[in-house]
Amino acid sequence: MPFPANYRYTREHEWIKVDGGQATIGITDYAQNSLGDIVFVELPKVGDELSAGKTFGSVESVKAVSDLYAPASGKVVAVNDELNGAPEKINSDAHGAWMVRIQLKDAGEVNKLLSSDDYDKFVKEEGGH
Amino acid sequence: MTPTAEATGLRKTALNSVHRELRAKMVDFGGWDMPVEYSGLIAEHMAVRTGVGVFDVSHMGDILIRGPQSLAAVQHISMNDASRLQQGQAHYSALLYPEGTFVDDVIVHKLGENDYLLVINAGTREKDVSWVQQNVRGFRCHAQDLSDYYTQLAIQGPRAVDVLRKLTNADLSTMKNYWFTYGTVCGLPNTMIARTGYTGEDGFEIYIPSDEPTSRRVWNEVLEAGREFGILPCGLGARNTLRLESKMALYGHEISETINVWEADLGRYCKMDKPEFIGREALEQLKAAGLKRILVGLEMIERGIGRDGYKVFSESGEEIGSITSGSPAPFLKKNIALAYVPPGYSQIGTTVLVEVRSQKIRAQVVPTPFYKRVKK
Repeated sequence: MPFPANYRYTREHEWIKVDGGQATIGITDYAQNSLGDIVFVELPKVGDELSAGKTFGSVESVKAVSDLYAPASGKVVAVNDELNGAPEKINSDAHGAWMVRIQLKDAGEVNKLLSSDDYDKFVKEEGGH
Repeated sequence: MTPTAEATGLRKTALNSVHRELRAKMVDFGGWDMPVEYSGLIAEHMAVRTGVGVFDVSHMGDILIRGPQSLAAVQHISMNDASRLQQGQAHYSALLYPEGTFVDDVIVHKLGENDYLLVINAGTREKDVSWVQQNVRGFRCHAQDLSDYYTQLAIQGPRAVDVLRKLTNADLSTMKNYWFTYGTVCGLPNTMIARTGYTGEDGFEIYIPSDEPTSRRVWNEVLEAGREFGILPCGLGARNTLRLESKMALYGHEISETINVWEADLGRYCKMDKPEFIGREALEQLKAAGLKRILVGLEMIERGIGRDGYKVFSESGEEIGSITSGSPAPFLKKNIALAYVPPGYSQIGTTVLVEVRSQKIRAQVVPTPFYKRVKK
């Protein structure tokens, strides 16, 4: 699955999609595929502050736990509660299944993240195929 | 996220390239490059519970003990009573250290009056083989490592019998659980077929020659025969969740060189009325001394997943033990775990706390096995 060109990416496999002063955050298709069947997500609450590079929750498949790292700093303005009841949505549509929406603190942080091309190159090197 | 490392220096079964062609996710399992999942762990788990799945378990080891004193040797090195086995019958047993702790768990098959086959774990193969060879020295028999001669396939699930029936002339209908027979399978004469497995489901394990063309051909014929029953190739991921739901021990988790038979709750396979076996003396003393910890089943009653190594606390906050295996249970749709706790906390219904990273969530001691199939 191609990585959307209008998203930015972390080396920890989160994506961020900027929309004005706000942004939505999720994990990449590569990440969901590595994890396998996702059964559990733990997300912050509205009003919590995310700090770029710091963990803000976790995602669990049957066999593994993986921390979520904030691609950028900002206050949580919405949480995708649908994922609590249907975490498998992350498997079926990783780039659509946003987890949180934040009010960006510093839009400049996003520009430091990987472009879709760079992320694609990065996962090809990491995956060795 | 852990990157998928290129497999280098790992051991491979004869089906390695088949797994790769099926685009299985591969992992290093005790030094073996093995498939962890193909289409998805949950789908594979459910296929085995409701239909049929096939596993490549060729990484398991096989030790043949042959000679006029092979029974005496097997009796000496294993805790179950092999004298009760009839030809064509198998049972669960374990090899113990003198301390009453585990070298490994095994399935002992009585092939003939002077022939016993021990099926052992992959990760402990070399250790087991040398341990067995050392400890049967005083008996007129020899122990031979046959591990590399066989490709072992496990066909598991309520429809396993329907799949295998299409591929063999052996009469499966009269074959009981933990018995084995020989028949032609996929044109291979004299193939060993055992009604055994590690899933808690009905199923068979077949032992075929380990050359690549034969292994590939039989694997593909099993998949083809199983197509009408929705067969799925299954990886070690589903194998682990299936055995956990059924509370079957995994070496290095529920059993190890520091855990004894009583603690592991495997006393029913340990025959203390046998005159002698390695570990017996220590087990007598341990029994008299009383248990310090025992294996229990836990079910998380708050949101969260207890996993291998997570600590267990009493309700008052005292650390009392740890989880040996924990996972979401795909068929039961609960988060379950096996854990060692002091006997005072082993009562069904006892509430304990599991430390899931930063927080402690409530779990309850529940009856095991978590899942038990309804026998027809």
